Amino acid sequence: MTAAVLAAPGVPRTRVLRWGPAGYIAGRVLQAAGVLWAAYTVTFVILWLLPSDPLALVLSANNVELDSLTPAQLAEAQARYGLDQPVLTQYWTMLTNALHGDLGTSTTKGVPVTQLIAERLPGTLQLSGLAILLALGGGVLVAWLAAYVRWSPLRLLLTRLPSAGVAFPSFWIGLLLIQVFAFGLGWLPSTGSAGPQALILPAVTMAIPTGAAFAQVLTRSLTDTLAEPYITTATATGLSRAAVIGRHALRNAALPTLTILGLLVGGTVTGAIVTETVFARQGVGTLAQESVLNQDVPVVQAVVVLAAAAFVLVNLLVDLLYPLLDPRIARSR
Amino acid sequence: MTTLTQSRVTAAARAAAPARTATGRSARRRATARALLRRPGFLIALAFTGFVILSALVPAWFTSADPYATAPADKLLPPSAAHLFGTDELGRDLFSRVLHGGALTIQATALAIGIALVGGLGLGVLSGFVGGWVDALVMRAVDVLLAIPGLLLALAIVTAVGFGTVPVAVAVGVGIIPGFARTTRAEVLRVKTLPYVEAARTGGAPWGRVLLRHVLPNSWGPVAVLAVLDFGAAIIAVAALSFLGFGAEPPAAEWGTLISAGRNYLVTSPWLSLLPGLFVGLLVLALNHLARTVEEVGR
Amino acid sequence: MTAVAQLTDLEVTYRRHAPAVRGVSLSIAPGEVLAVVGESGSGKTTTASALLGLLPAAGRITGGRIEVDGLDVTHAGERVRRGLRGRVIGLVPQDPMVGLDPTRRVAGQLAEAVRLRGVPRRTAQVEVLQLLHEAGVDDPELRARQYPHELSGGLRQRVLIALALAGRPRLVVADEPTSALDVTVQRRILDHLVDQVRTSGTALLIITHDLAMAADRADRIVVMQDGRVVEHGPTATVVGQPQEAYTRRLIAAAPGLRGFEPRPDEPAPDVLRLTGATVDFPGSGRVLDGVDLTVQRGRTLAVVGESGSGKTTALRVALGLQRLTAGRIELDGQDLTDAGWKQWRPLRRRVQLVHQNPFAALDPRFTVAESVAEPLVSFRVGDRRTRATRAAELIDRVGLPADTLSRLPAELSGGQRQRVAIARALALSPEILLLDEPVSALDVSVQAQILDLLADLQRELGVSYLFVSHDLAVVAQVAHRVAVLHRGRLVESGATTQVFTDPRHERTRELLDAVPGRSAVAR
Repeated sequence: MTAAVLAAPGVPRTRVLRWGPAGYIAGRVLQAAGVLWAAYTVTFVILWLLPSDPLALVLSANNVELDSLTPAQLAEAQARYGLDQPVLTQYWTMLTNALHGDLGTSTTKGVPVTQLIAERLPGTLQLSGLAILLALGGGVLVAWLAAYVRWSPLRLLLTRLPSAGVAFPSFWIGLLLIQVFAFGLGWLPSTGSAGPQALILPAVTMAIPTGAAFAQVLTRSLTDTLAEPYITTATATGLSRAAVIGRHALRNAALPTLTILGLLVGGTVTGAIVTETVFARQGVGTLAQESVLNQDVPVVQAVVVLAAAAFVLVNLLVDLLYPLLDPRIARSR
Repeated sequence: MTTLTQSRVTAAARAAAPARTATGRSARRRATARALLRRPGFLIALAFTGFVILSALVPAWFTSADPYATAPADKLLPPSAAHLFGTDELGRDLFSRVLHGGALTIQATALAIGIALVGGLGLGVLSGFVGGWVDALVMRAVDVLLAIPGLLLALAIVTAVGFGTVPVAVAVGVGIIPGFARTTRAEVLRVKTLPYVEAARTGGAPWGRVLLRHVLPNSWGPVAVLAVLDFGAAIIAVAALSFLGFGAEPPAAEWGTLISAGRNYLVTSPWLSLLPGLFVGLLVLALNHLARTVEEVGR
Repeated sequence: MTAVAQLTDLEVTYRRHAPAVRGVSLSIAPGEVLAVVGESGSGKTTTASALLGLLPAAGRITGGRIEVDGLDVTHAGERVRRGLRGRVIGLVPQDPMVGLDPTRRVAGQLAEAVRLRGVPRRTAQVEVLQLLHEAGVDDPELRARQYPHELSGGLRQRVLIALALAGRPRLVVADEPTSALDVTVQRRILDHLVDQVRTSGTALLIITHDLAMAADRADRIVVMQDGRVVEHGPTATVVGQPQEAYTRRLIAAAPGLRGFEPRPDEPAPDVLRLTGATVDFPGSGRVLDGVDLTVQRGRTLAVVGESGSGKTTALRVALGLQRLTAGRIELDGQDLTDAGWKQWRPLRRRVQLVHQNPFAALDPRFTVAESVAEPLVSFRVGDRRTRATRAAELIDRVGLPADTLSRLPAELSGGQRQRVAIARALALSPEILLLDEPVSALDVSVQAQILDLLADLQRELGVSYLFVSHDLAVVAQVAHRVAVLHRGRLVESGATTQVFTDPRHERTRELLDAVPGRSAVAR
């Protein structure tokens, strides 16, 4: 009892109680903006402060050697990239530009970064969207089956399946799928971005690790939930197993998994880099890969911030929707 | 005072009590070890992990082939008794290349996990144990790092610092820190409020002693399990970075580089990519299985 | 009249273990109230699970028969069992706080159970309100719309009773009913449940560790120990002329059945004194309001109250973990009202705590010897050898064998762990022990042993106790003086004899009435 007195109640609930729903939403939006700003700052520190000479990095991206430049050219180049300014000024300029939608210019392609991303984004969004749907659907299906099936060999297989999905590198899974379905069976195209058929293999490749991670968390949560006393209560009223799992267990088990949704969506950005490389698709992922290879700093920074923004946005949505799904947090009576 | 759902646990505990004749700490450790070794899956996973780590340290024990010796006449041979994994486009023995590549990958992974353990444990213990504004500050920082997907953070670091095994290792390690810090903090917070810690405090024990004797030993379990799980995740991350072309310079080849190089021969010689990838996947699977089993038995 | 349920030589075994239930036979007649009484490990819960067909996956019926409603269901399939659940046998689970689905409204959960009987959706709503009304829920229409977390523990228990009766079963199984609730709430709900089943002609099977509670309500009692029935018969016979030594021990451990023998109150010098103690918590207001408590040397002061009475806060104040908003705290005449952690530290040698939950109070990685010697290490008392000697001496003092010293907590029973915790608290020879519900997590017969141990230690060592409890029955055996708290205020205090025989305050009388076993004795 003494220990229970020490324990603090959940943060969301106290916020709801103290400030009301509007205050909660405003606070949460502000917090999300803060995280995004901090993430931007982290990328700035890594990409512009960590290299011993950012100018060399920028110039080498253009295949220009630092030593070959005259002092005048050097000064001109420094001024062009704003590197002659004090660090804080550089940071401030970049941040305000970013807030106005200007993420700089690609050092290798000489095109505004926003334009590059805008060209590549639709393909990646299609791919990621399909992959997330597949991952969530597959994850729920596997977790539900693992709880429902009572024949123990199949049950064991279903509970172990996700850990295999997490263990194998996604680029290897992609290659295996190409080998089997494109070269072996000839059902689907191996690479490229033409047509909806070309979307299937990459989407499955991306969905497997994400879906497996989701299934692992959901299975665990479902196992814990099925041991809860209220499940015994529901069973004792004479409900069937399917009804107990479907109406009582799954809903309660899904609530805690919502919090990892942001991580999963963030993970798909990572997944897109590898998958698009394997399947030679034009997208934000391959853009990121090329930019790192060419050390195209502004593009790398933009992609990282974009991924962070996706993560923050999904988490914000989850946090705002959570009270609607879990009555314990919503009611402030 | 058992409920219907708890009855299994008490029944098991009851029946287990008379079976254990020896008592005390060492007997308990032996019982845990016995329980682990009775599981065939655990043994297989342990043996495979041991083999991979040993072969990465001393590859010569397991293969006599030179990983860099080219033999154009023997190029792209399928797996056979002479070449377990076949040969690549220059006739080099792939099995030997996988084992030698393991040394690079395992070193990089160990470095990454080392960085994550030191950084994550330090931050987590500091945050959970000290609490207050320190906790708030550290946790906000962790939130920010969590917002950037691990591999992208690693890509940014690689862009800034350059390519190669060590930058990749550092980048992956930094990417794992936030998860570690979170788990450690949660465990420390959980143990800190347990009655036996309060008992030690009201018994007059100073904070330092409480931290070292009670909080750390009792929060270590889940953190160690996470470390093994993350070792697997780090292997995949290191492999992914070298697959994308940011790893060691050729002819040295990490696992990811091998898989990437074999891609061009996928139609004619699929084993070039698929066998090294299978090797990596099995290792990560084995590591995950070890972690989960230890967690289950320890509970 | 045929039995609603009949068990014949039932044997249940958990995988790779000795049978948990060995040859249990019992039958329940329609409309009868039967109590199965036993401590943890007696097999009473397994018996009930087998009857409901809710054995965990590792459990198997390895012998005997189960008949429900004249039908042999010993090895019946899931479909047959499901048909019986709810409609023939209903279940009232143990802990009302976690017994209801937190994400669904009360009405939804009840309607689901009602509709399994084939009741159409529209009339189901009417039946839900009717069920809630019958279970004694005030304002059923409001409660039906609410979620479980919006209801008090007592209301949740009533909803669970309504849920158990929703299928109009012929038998209701109540598993440790209401033991998670405050005693007075517990009593009212149990009385209501018994009335309800008696008027509707439903049979009731009560599974409980509390013989006195069973004696108050059951027609017949079955006493179980180690998976076997040791004694059974009509309540009056089992309680009045027990045949078995085990039953007699259970009766002796229940003060309500045995009668009160309070310890005499002889004055002694004050050791610990709280004067006008007041504590405000930000957010939840005043939890302690001008309370005066005095612990005398070598005597026991019991602080009794239900949850929210402020008794735990009072204990934390006495331990120096909680600052007072107003009032004074004195130890041996020394004013400690504004003392910080530094000033308190040397005093910890004189004031020690024994925690409520013996399962969490010992570090699982410490051997008993290490746990007991820990306070000595903290205060740098003696060297390694003298500490080991002291630990052995303390373990002997609390009645444990010497080989306990090398054991880990996981190898000890709850009662043994609590003895270790007491030994640890005594290591520094404190003047006062603060006991936070020290026996509430233990079996009844173990409770009695620990309470006897505490009384012996007090006699031998002259240590003073501040004993916090929700249970007046427990207090009766150890306290010289009793203080009753209610909502942060001291409503009654005095010598134990006076409080028990001539209670002045309404709350004290309610608490006394809630002590089980009194009506059985009167009967």
